Amino acid sequence: MNEKNNKYWKANLKIVISLLIIWFISSFGFGIIFSDYLDQIKFGGFKLGFWFAQQGSIYIFVILVFLYVWLMKRLDKKFSEEEDS
Amino acid sequence: MTTQLLTYIFVGATFTLYIGIALWSRAKSTNDFYVAGKGVHPIANGMATAADWMSAASFLSMAGLIAFLGKDGSVYLMGWTGGYVLLALLLAPYLRKFGKFTVPDFIGERYYSSTARKLAVVCLIFISFTYIAGQMRGVGIVFSRFLEVDINTGVIVGMAIVFFYAVLGGMKGITYTQVAQYCVLIFAYLVPAIFISILMTGEVIPQIGFGSTLVDSPIYLLDKLDQVTRDLGFVAYTENVKTNIDIFCITAALMFGTAGLPHVIVRFFTVPSVGAARQSAGYALIFIALLYTTAPAVSAFARMNLIDSIQDQPYSTSPNWFKNWEEIGLIAWQDKNEDGKIKYSSGNALEDIKPKYLDERGEYGERLLQNKPNLSNENEIYIDRDIIVLANPEIAQLPGWVIALVAAGGLAAALSTAAGLLLVISSSVSHDLLKKTYMPQITEKQELRYARMSAAVAIGIAGIFGIYPPAFVAQVVAFAFGLAAATFFPALFLGIFYKRLNKEGAITGMLLGLIFTASYIIYFKFINPEINNSDFWFMGISPEGIGSVGMLLNFIIALSVSSLTKPPPDEVLELVDDIRRP
Repeated sequence: MNEKNNKYWKANLKIVISLLIIWFISSFGFGIIFSDYLDQIKFGGFKLGFWFAQQGSIYIFVILVFLYVWLMKRLDKKFSEEEDS
Repeated sequence: MTTQLLTYIFVGATFTLYIGIALWSRAKSTNDFYVAGKGVHPIANGMATAADWMSAASFLSMAGLIAFLGKDGSVYLMGWTGGYVLLALLLAPYLRKFGKFTVPDFIGERYYSSTARKLAVVCLIFISFTYIAGQMRGVGIVFSRFLEVDINTGVIVGMAIVFFYAVLGGMKGITYTQVAQYCVLIFAYLVPAIFISILMTGEVIPQIGFGSTLVDSPIYLLDKLDQVTRDLGFVAYTENVKTNIDIFCITAALMFGTAGLPHVIVRFFTVPSVGAARQSAGYALIFIALLYTTAPAVSAFARMNLIDSIQDQPYSTSPNWFKNWEEIGLIAWQDKNEDGKIKYSSGNALEDIKPKYLDERGEYGERLLQNKPNLSNENEIYIDRDIIVLANPEIAQLPGWVIALVAAGGLAAALSTAAGLLLVISSSVSHDLLKKTYMPQITEKQELRYARMSAAVAIGIAGIFGIYPPAFVAQVVAFAFGLAAATFFPALFLGIFYKRLNKEGAITGMLLGLIFTASYIIYFKFINPEINNSDFWFMGISPEGIGSVGMLLNFIIALSVSSLTKPPPDEVLELVDDIRRP
């Protein structure tokens, strides 16, 4: 039982850490640190770094949270099935 | 129908709706009062969380702030949305699994200490009252401008409404009124944004119009704005003024602060399960993102329109909105070069920045000022940033019902946030201080009565803040986020993810985070405001961003003190194991 809990927790941490890496890159990375550099690229009327800072990072945040919901649902299902068998 | 009559109708109709919902959803138990019986659907909770979170600051002030800050304004956009990723991934599901009523509850039990619980209550009350003061100012501005009633009357009407549904309905009443308030506020925000986007760029969706060309020329809106702002002596709209390290720290403080705000966290206690808590964080973020991705487009449109409609205009033929806001005292004009025309450029127009009006009128009918003109620049106007969202429909000459709608939306945003804050204050008093600390013998019925009484007292205090607004309201907003980041976030995060953290570590960490952050902000904002600039800041980090340094200190101290003292007892380790299982 305990070992199973540990396995579940490790899988959980893996999901959280990978999503947080994307979270960090899209906001602090593209929106702040590399923002001026990305501003050299333009699409439509937007400079890319500016777009990440004021639009893109927010869209990515929404996607990340729903990805998390989906991945955790799958994980919970996997572990509760093991419990049944 | 006049705009004012329409505003009365819209505001009256929405207020009636809120009262109706309050009557329908009365709280019958402490479980209802604190956490709405834990039966709220994730989508409804997502809307309620969004309304709870989006305050007068988000609705009224943020787009205006960004309009003047340009790219620097991104800190608010990323900071106030990115925190939800942290909340969803690191806190909400686990705190829901813990399954109690308040944030100090978790801290008290996880760190097996009533000192920790009391410290958490103090931080919570301080953070929440700071925040409420801002909401009441928002209510006052909307009432005085659009309904032409006295600010004090406006605050009292607002208090009466919140009193009604918060005291009667508790969390249950608040939740369902917040759902209605979300619908009102998002509609009120999007309609004018869509109108203006069509007028300026021909695009229906503001997020697209923001990156499109202007209707009357092949030039992109943002390129034109860059050029115009540069010509007037500002830094180009899409370029930063602040340093990267400061932007980094402010964004981080706002993100971690958002994740640590008790009135937001407690919303996730109201859903039926851990899975529902995760989902509802996702819905909340979508609902919030709808406003937060529209806001920067509104900012760019507003800045462009503002410059177009007043620059080099003779004051005598200046638009009505300009004169209306001058009467309220949020716009001022001082004809430095005596040509009778309005000249707008970079720099503060007046010495002492804020206008002090004389009773006399000038040659063109403008209100004369006591302030001496600031002769180091050519700028002749003072504009309060808080008016941009409210004035935007008028500046773009939209119909009266849109203006009325915006007034109702601003009130919805301010009241929903105020109610959520009042609830966490009252429940931490009745539950954490009375039931769990000083009066454990009281029955549930008595506890519910105390909860209602403390809600009533808290509303009274909030009203006093609204009627006698402390001059420091704007300065202390940094406090709420900085302190939440430096105290609550590390204690909650480590409480879940690091079993070994004991009470000694958590308490010293929170105390140090609190003292460091508070002293830095007080030093620069109140004791020595004249040296509040990057030459004197620690590593170039402004008081707005210092919460992230406070948070780091908290982490370091909490971890080192813990490793030197004895580990937490077994039942706490079991508690942590239990909240980690969904």
